[in-house]
Order: sequence, then structure tokens, then C-alpha cells
Amino acid sequence: MVNVTIDGKTLQVPENTRILDAARQAGVNIPTLCYWEGINEIGACRVCVVEIEGCDKLAAACNTPVSEGMVIRTNSKKVRQARRTNVELILSEHNFECATCIRSGNCTLQTLAKELNIREVSYPRNVPTKKQAGDFPLVRDYSKCIKCMRCIQVCDKIQASSVWDTVNTGGNTTVDVRGVYKLEDSKCALCGQCITHCPVGALHERDDVDKVMAAIDDPEKITVCQIAPAIRTAWGEPFGLSPEEATVERLCSGLKLAGFDYVFDTNFSADLTIMEEGSEFLDRLQHKDSAALPLFTSCCPGWVRFVKAHYPEFVPNLSTAKSPQQMFGAVAKSYYAEILGVDPQKIFCVSIMPCLAKKHECAIPALNDACGDPDVDISLTTRECGRLLQMNMVDPAAIPDRALDMPLGVGSGAGNIFGATGGVMEAALRTAYALVMGKNPDPDAFRAVRGMDGWKECTFALGETELKIAVAHGLGNAEKLLKALKAGEVSYDFVEIMACPGGCVGGGGQPIHDKAWCAPARADVLYKQDANMALRFSHENPSITAIYRDYLEKPLSHRAHELLHTDHTLWEMP
Amino acid sequence: MSRLSIVSPDRAAETVETLLQDMERRIRANQPGICPVDLAASFLRVCHAQSCGKCTPCRVGLGKLEALLDGVLKGEASPSAPDLIEQTARSIFESADCAIGQEAARMALKCVAGFREDLESHIRYGRCLAVQNQPVPCVALCPAHVDIPGYVSLIKDGRYADAVNLIRKDNPLPVTCGLICEHPCEERCRRTLVDAPINIRGLKRFACEQEGEIPAPKRAAPTGKKVAVVGGGPSGLTAAYYLSVMGHDVTVYEQRKQLGGMLRYGIPSYRLPREALDREIEGMKKAGFKTVCGVSVGRDISVKSLHNDFDAVYIAIGAHTDRKIGIPGEDAKGVVSAVDMLRAIGDGEFPDYAGKRVVVIGGGNVAMDVARSAVRLGAERVTVAYRRRKSDMTALPEEVEGAVADGCEILELHAPVSITKDADGKVAGIVLQPQIVGPVKWGRPAPENADCDPFTFACDLVLVAVGQSIDSGAFGEYGIPLKRGSIAALESGAVKDFDGVFSGGDCVTGPATVIRAIAGGKTAAANIDEYLGFKHEITTDITLPPVRFDDHAPMGRVNMTERPAAERSRDFALMEHCMTAEEAHRESSRCLSCDHFGYGCFKGGRENKW
Repeated sequence: MVNVTIDGKTLQVPENTRILDAARQAGVNIPTLCYWEGINEIGACRVCVVEIEGCDKLAAACNTPVSEGMVIRTNSKKVRQARRTNVELILSEHNFECATCIRSGNCTLQTLAKELNIREVSYPRNVPTKKQAGDFPLVRDYSKCIKCMRCIQVCDKIQASSVWDTVNTGGNTTVDVRGVYKLEDSKCALCGQCITHCPVGALHERDDVDKVMAAIDDPEKITVCQIAPAIRTAWGEPFGLSPEEATVERLCSGLKLAGFDYVFDTNFSADLTIMEEGSEFLDRLQHKDSAALPLFTSCCPGWVRFVKAHYPEFVPNLSTAKSPQQMFGAVAKSYYAEILGVDPQKIFCVSIMPCLAKKHECAIPALNDACGDPDVDISLTTRECGRLLQMNMVDPAAIPDRALDMPLGVGSGAGNIFGATGGVMEAALRTAYALVMGKNPDPDAFRAVRGMDGWKECTFALGETELKIAVAHGLGNAEKLLKALKAGEVSYDFVEIMACPGGCVGGGGQPIHDKAWCAPARADVLYKQDANMALRFSHENPSITAIYRDYLEKPLSHRAHELLHTDHTLWEMP
Repeated sequence: MSRLSIVSPDRAAETVETLLQDMERRIRANQPGICPVDLAASFLRVCHAQSCGKCTPCRVGLGKLEALLDGVLKGEASPSAPDLIEQTARSIFESADCAIGQEAARMALKCVAGFREDLESHIRYGRCLAVQNQPVPCVALCPAHVDIPGYVSLIKDGRYADAVNLIRKDNPLPVTCGLICEHPCEERCRRTLVDAPINIRGLKRFACEQEGEIPAPKRAAPTGKKVAVVGGGPSGLTAAYYLSVMGHDVTVYEQRKQLGGMLRYGIPSYRLPREALDREIEGMKKAGFKTVCGVSVGRDISVKSLHNDFDAVYIAIGAHTDRKIGIPGEDAKGVVSAVDMLRAIGDGEFPDYAGKRVVVIGGGNVAMDVARSAVRLGAERVTVAYRRRKSDMTALPEEVEGAVADGCEILELHAPVSITKDADGKVAGIVLQPQIVGPVKWGRPAPENADCDPFTFACDLVLVAVGQSIDSGAFGEYGIPLKRGSIAALESGAVKDFDGVFSGGDCVTGPATVIRAIAGGKTAAANIDEYLGFKHEITTDITLPPVRFDDHAPMGRVNMTERPAAERSRDFALMEHCMTAEEAHRESSRCLSCDHFGYGCFKGGRENKW
């Protein structure tokens, strides 16, 4: 322990404690900008500088450890002046047309400028003019980047993708795509973690809200919306609603007000995925000699992009089952069109996803099997969904719940937990057990796969068979698992991977909270909802029973294959 | 008004003087990986500021070159910009009235010729080709990439044994390097921006002298793979050390009586005492490799049998063959090559030079070594004859100064023409042709014969130190590819088309430094391990003290001191004093910890394993 004095308050902290953390313990708030604990502790912005008695120079609180007897002042004139100068310098190269910025109201730099009472910038403005061309789902706005380096760090350290890097030196230093010149030529998984780690509006999703509104405004179109499991943990955040208040039914209500004709639940198609993927797994297990094992889940398009780009040798291990988003689209434009008795091409299918990779996934031509049109026309992120509600002047706090439409609006608790790491595995095991044993397990029998450990392993008995399964989330953990698998250090039967840390609840399309990892709390919401549901097994979902009875016949049937399965080799990653 | 007056500089001029010194240091310590176009553009700005403004090309033209380069940097230039820059620079070079404009333009021309691809990359993609992948200058410039900020911080904390063991992660010869490394690490030390580079080598030596017994390294489980190392010099021993640590069964073949290579047979003991060298080699041998001395591969054992009997072979035979001057009379008795002289001394056979008049031919470090050894062997007079100027010598300036202090005379601008013999065929003198310094060729002024006659300089011994070559014949005969006598190894150390054969050190690079030889051995060890199907990691479990925040106010560098010349020049005992603990603490406190401050804490700061 060492003794330190911060703004006159003396306290003891463990050796090696950073000034920032010591100050926090002393109840002193030091502003930060580039800092993100554990990911970016590089003292780049120089906003968190503090004065140490006996030193002329100011130290970065985010990465300078305290030492015995250190006397620190966090708010002296010298500190305030340097802090203000640095923020003004950053602003001089930042496009602060806040009114039209996607992060207006949720921007660390905007907040900081306000907190520091900066009313004008003393320096000539010098805002980068380079613009990203094309319509890639991930957009980088060079005029907004403040070179905090967080995107580089999260992509390197957490997502093992290394898409971003600094380029050039001196005053020309900026952040850009590594190795190639265009983002679409990179091996970007489209996890979107760089967006949720960006303190400003330099990174964002391609905004497709206007395309959706155009379809809603088109009287010829029947707009159908599906809501992914993870959305119900987070969509209310920008509106200040708690998860209990921000129910999926309230969202349904809002979307109807915005003009959607039908609002359904991706939980339904998650259940459908379990039927197909679970059956595929049991089938592969029966043909252990010829089938590629372990079976990898394929619901997460970020993961699919990653494995195709970096470890193509594992593509045969990916389940051929489409993701819930795509299964929903395929069903909406076939089965549901028949129910409505309309031309499927009149249906405009929108998904609300916590994800950017879903925008790419729905645009893959090989995934359009129902009627020739894209099965899912537009995929919106949770954030875009919020903006769509806002632009329609919907006040979610003031509207009642409204039941989702039928029959695609019903999902089980098993489908609901798809949004958290381990959820797909748990849902699959619940049904696989029932399929093999002829009776349901305790729905919580497989809860060992829950939790935020980056790489979890479990063994379960499925009758006579011992199943060895693994769950990983975050592409860095996924890569570790793949490397171990490749080196023969581990072996599994079934592996669930989600690209984003924590799973879809921590998705790159979710609402942004600076310096906070919200996935664990959001995952708890999903598990609580599951625990409170009457329907907890995918195979017991009445809409699932109905669609097999009336349309698909049985899992892995010819029709199911046509509509619900895919060949991952039909498209390529750079 | 007085007719004449003494001009004293005003305050602004005095300040400019100090700024110039600041910039000089800054330029000297330029960091690796910086955009060359940006740097060139800013140099041009300085050149332009130096223009008196009288003439068009310099006053206007240099500004246009700056603007063109700025356009390139902003990605706003047209694809023809490099051509326009070149043409403009050429016109300025040819038409400016004085050197201020001419030389600035010449720099711009160099840029276009030297990094045109970089200009084009900026124009086309807005990207520089330079990559900042190693932001710690000392680590980047050390061929073995030793964790210098790490061990300097340990020395500051008084953890000397940890410091030395941290060095051993990347360089198993810290004792030797503490004494004789050419310390490329100090060249771009960021501390130079403040005052002067850290005395890294001196600190390393200090730490090694505090270390007690050298601990045995931890070895990985035996792999059952056999590796032969040909040559027991720094490169071979390094490879043997790391390969043994990785668990391989290593045998070192050394043709001389003792291990050490050039460290023993090329470097005099007043720079590297034999006890220190022996202690280091004995410590290294704790890694478990076997050594066979007095056996020459190629003569006693065939290259082929090694290739057959071992899973991998590392050839590190060094450069131990002398080169001749190629003048008449070189066959006289009393003409001795530096290699032969130093080799005999290495085995403890000290010739008696008492009363001899010695002439040394050459201007490199080896020439200084033999000259200073000759003084210690009792020579009456030692003269180094060199055809260029003293300042053109390739020897380190401190070596030249040391030789002069030891009593050697430097006869610069004198080229050897022939050696005269007496009736017994013994050296009687050397004929020298006075030179005049001439035009610059390849960056060095070339000497030319002066308009005067050669003369004979009487002497009894001529010591020839004009370079070494490589005795690679036996390997060439086996089919190993050679390039002008050196072994043609790839960057990985592997020899093309010879499975499992690797080579490194002086026999690949030509005569170079000990640290480059060590780096060659380290590289080969990693790649041999991988070739054998393993991926052993060399790691450290030494944790560094917490980073300390410090103002780093300017503070003088602790330089090494030596025994008085009159005393040291009479014996072969170590001439350099070690730093005191007080000095080592102060010197290590000067380190700016670039592994943490600056880019280091973002990327490339510390590598804990290789």
C-alpha cells in the first residue's frame, strides 16, 4: 500500500494503482476521453492530465501509477489550462456539426467540451476531408475521428481482427484500414465493436432508416418486422426506459405506430433454427466418421465472416442452418405470404438486430431462397430502430404494450436466450435432449454454459453419449479456440461462437454507453425473461409445430433444406 | 562612428544558436518509421528559411517545392507531381546563385530518387509506406532487440541480477556486450532530444559486474533432435544456448583450441578480459550444449557427415582469414596479419616487440586493436599508416583517440606502396606515397596521390589490418551457395535447397559486430526450432518495477572512464573502469522509458517472448 494525497485528501491505495483509480477512490472525478479500462490505456488525448507535486510536467492519470507520498492535484490552474487546450486542439480537427451528428447527445467529446465550458475554439479549423466511398455497412467518418485509437485496440485485442491501424506519421497521422485501402477489401467481421467503442461519431452503421420509411410509405408494400432476442434488453436505453419497461410488446406498439403492418418475433425463427440445427447436429453425430465435427453454430454472421476470412478450413464445420434472421425472412416470404394469400414480392421484410453483420448477411444473394427477392430486405440496428421511432415522434414511455402478431410472433424462452453467449447452445441442448431421450430435461439443466467467461467448456450426457461442448464469445476467444482445435489440443462435438463479447446483447448495433460493457446486465434480462416464460422449449412452440405440420413437414426435409439451409461456400470474403 | 567594431551576438542570435543545437540533437535522434515525405518537406522549410531572398529559384522555388510536397502529403497532388518536383528541383539546383538554394534543391532531388514509391503511395492512397512498428528506438536498433528500457529500469531499482537475466532472454552474452558492444542502441536514444543518449552499454557492464554466479537457464523437455553448430564464436554459442534451452541436443564444433571465436582470437584482453569471457562461456554452457574444440569441420569432419548425422546444422564459422594489401614485398619476414597476431595472443602466446618499430596498415577497429596491442607488447614506436584522413577512419572515434593516447602515431593520408626488405628478407621499411584528399565518392572523400614523391619509412614490423575474409571453401565444395566468399543464407538464416542447414554471423554478413552475430544466432535458433517442428518460446518471468513519472530535466550523461594511458599501455589488463553504483543509478534514472511513454504503451512497447 502507498500513501497518496489527491486534491488535499490523503488515502492509502495498493501499489501500482493508477492515479485515475486512486482519484476515484478519493471521490475525485478526472475527465477522460481516449481511455477505456483494459483496452485503451495509452494516455493519447492528454485530457486526464494531473499535476504531481514536485514535477513541472503533467502526468496522464489513466496510465501513471501512484507512488509513495505522491501529492496530486487534479484541478489546478495548470491542469485546467492544459486540459482545455488539448480539448480545443482536438476540436480544431474535429467536424463538430453536432446537430447532424449520429452521436449528438451521446458523444464523449461533446460532453467534455460542455463540461469544460468551451464556447469557442481558439485555433484555426483543420478538419480532414477524406470520405469513405461505397455502401459498406460499417462507415468511417474521417472528419470526426479524434485518433483515440480505441477502434484499433478493440479490433486487435478483443476481436483478433486487426482491421484498423494508424497510418502516416506526424500531423498526418490518422486511423485507417490496415494492409488494404478499402474497408470492404479487409477481413472485417462487421462485429461493430469499433463503433460501440468509439467516443464520437467517427464510426457508425450505414443508416438504412430512410429505406425502411420509404417501404412503409409505399402502399403496395406489406411491411413485416422481426425483432431479435437481444433487442428487448436494450432498445429502451436511449429513451431512459428500464428493461422491465422496455418490453418487446411496447416496442411492437411503437413500431406499429411508426407504420409497420406486422410485427413478429425473431424468437420464433430462433426456435426454428434450433429444430434444424439441433437435428443437423444429431445427424452429424450419427455419422461421426464422415461428418465434420465439431459442429459450429452459424447464427452469428460476424463469426461466419471471421471464420471464412481467417480460418476457411473450418467452414465445413459451420452448421448449414441459416441464422434466425434469414430463416424468418424465408418463412415470411413463403409460408406467411401463403397465409396472407399475397404475392411474396409484396412483402417488405425488415429485421431489428443488434448487429452490423446482419446488414451484410441479408444482402448475400445466395441467401435469398423464398421468392427471388431478398428474404430480408433491410436489417436495422437497435440504434437505427430507436432513431426510426424518434423520427416518427413515438414516445415509448407513453404508449401501451401491444401483443405481437401471429403466428410468427411467438417464441420460446429457449429462443429468447439466443441473444446471450451460451444461449444458442443451451437452447439446442434442451431440444436435442428431448429429441434423443423422448422427454424434456429440466429447462435449467444446461445452465453451466451461461456466464461471461470467454471460453467455456462443458460435458453433458445425452443418453449413452457424452457430449463435449464449448462456447466462446468475442472473436479473440474464438480464435484461441480455433487455434487449439487446429493444434489438436482440444476436441468438441458442438461449439457455439458469438462474435461480440457477451453475445448479441453486447452487439455492435446496440445502444452505446461510453466506457461500459453492458452485455452482462443485458444477458441477465434475457435469462430472467426465459425463467418466467411458460414455454421454454423450442420444440414445444405451437407455431413451430404448426409450420412443420402445415408446411415444412419435418426438420431437414427437402423443403426445409431449400428454405432454411445454406451453403456457406457460395459467397466469398476478401 | 568607429571605423571598425567588435560585433557581439544579440540575444536572438544566441537563442538561435541553442535552437540549432537542439535541432541537431533532434535530427541525430530521428525515430525509425517516420514518414520520409513529411520529414523532407519540413527540412525543405528549414532550407527555405535560410534563403537570403535575393534570387528567384531559391526564394520562390523552394516554397513551391514545399507546397508540392504538402500537396502530396494531403493526398491532393496530381499523379505528375513527382515529375514536377524533380524538374523544379533540377532547375533550382542548376540556376540558384549559391549553395543555399543549390544544396536545398539537391536534397529535393535525392527525395524524388530515394522515395518516389512513397510519394506515389501518398498521392494515390493518402498513405505513407513507412510503418511505425518498433517505437522504442534502442530496442529497434539493437539487432538482438534486447529489452533495454526493461533492464535499465531494473538497474535503477537495484535489481542487477534480474537486469542481466532479462538481457539473457534476447542476448546470452551480456558480459561480453557490456564490455565491447558497439551499442547501436544508443544511436537514436530518445534521451538525445533532452541532452545525450543513455550510456546503455556502461549500464549493462555495471549490472553484469554485480551479478554473482551465472544461473543455469531453465530447459524445455528434451526433444530428441540433434543440432550441430559449426563455430564456437558469439553467433554459434548464441544459437547453441537457445537451442539447448529449447530442449534440443546441441554439439558445438570449434576448430581452435578454445571457444569464443573472434571474442578470444580477435579482441584483445585489455578490452575483453579472458576471465570475463571464460566466465560468460562457462555460464552459457549450463544450458547443456556439448562442445568439441580443436576439430575443424571440412578438414577433420566432412560437412556431409554433419548434414547426415544431425537434424539441423548451424554454420557460424566467422571471418577469420586475413586479407593482403597486395603490394610488393608483402612476403617479407616481419609482415604479420592482424588475424594471426591476435589469434596467437588469444591462446596466450605473446610475441616480444621490445625495441621494434611497428607500422600498422589499416584504419578500422582491428587496426586500432593491433596497434594498441603492439604498444603493450613493448614496441618502441607504433605508427598507423592510413591512406585517408583520420576522420575518415572506420574505427570508432574513441578507439582512435585511445590509440593515440596509448602512444600510437596516426600517419594519415599515406598509402603503402611497397615493403622493403633487408638481406635476410626481413622488413626494413615501408614505402609510403603521400595522398591529397579528393572528391567525395560513395559518401567518403577519396584520396589521390599527392604531387610529391613516395618515401621510405624505416620499420621492423608491418601489421596488416585491411579486412578479413571467410574460409568457406569446404562448404562451397559441398554445394552450399556462396556469395563473394560469404555463405548465401536467407533472412531466416536458412540455406536455400539445403534442408536443415542454417547459417549466420560474420560468415554471412562479412566482418561485422558481435551483437549482429548474436542476433544471427538468435534468429537461427528460432527458425531451426520451427524447422524441427517445434514452437518453443523464450520467455521471462521477471516483472518490471512500476513506471515512474519524472520531469527528466536535462542531466549530463555518465561517460566511461579509463585507466591512465601511461599505466594501461603497459599491460593487457582491462583498461576501462566500471561505473559506480551511484553513477549507474543516476544514469539509469535518465532513461525516458520509451516502452511506456509515447507510442510504446500503445504498440510495440514490450515483447515478453520470442
